[in-house]
Amino acid sequence: MANATVTRMDLADAIYQEVGLSRSESADLVDMVLDEVMAALAQGETVKISSFGSFSVRAKKQRIGRNPKTGEEVPILPRKVLVFKASHVLKDYLVGKSKAK
Amino acid sequence: MLERGNAMTKSELILRLAQRNPELYQRDAEKIVDVVFEEIAQALSRGERVELRGFGAFSVKDRKPRIGRNPRTGTSVSVPGKRVPFFKTGKFLRDRLNGKV
Repeated sequence: MANATVTRMDLADAIYQEVGLSRSESADLVDMVLDEVMAALAQGETVKISSFGSFSVRAKKQRIGRNPKTGEEVPILPRKVLVFKASHVLKDYLVGKSKAK
Repeated sequence: MLERGNAMTKSELILRLAQRNPELYQRDAEKIVDVVFEEIAQALSRGERVELRGFGAFSVKDRKPRIGRNPRTGTSVSVPGKRVPFFKTGKFLRDRLNGKV
């Protein structure tokens, strides 16, 4: 258990087990779910998954950074970053207060 | 600032997945989206890491117990340690948000 990592393959396997589609369909559908989330975010939409959490895109302004090795100042260009906020249901689930739906 | 207004909810995600797969039963589209997020939540509750190439990685961080303070009364209260979910955006998604892909 210690450092197990769950991957797309494990998610596909869960769909294969629980929905009863073929393995390759299950794998494609995992990719599609993630792709729809990414497409929405790329459009600037917030993605809210109830009892899990929300993903939102935040615009960062340009600021001056510094190369820590050379001390040289370099501009950090304006960019967009993704912020994930876990829902209370998920947080409580990790603390063991409740069960996920 | 966060962009307000346009948000994709879980039911909207289910709808988009179903539209992309006309041969899929609506209830299967629902089940697929539920299974994806449920599996992630369950892995995190087991203390495992979830690594979804291109999308990002979910992990659990330990917060140590600490002495907090009630800001209104100033009394000390002990805050128990807990595990909190954390998400790191994948490189592909980060680039996609910034129009590089």
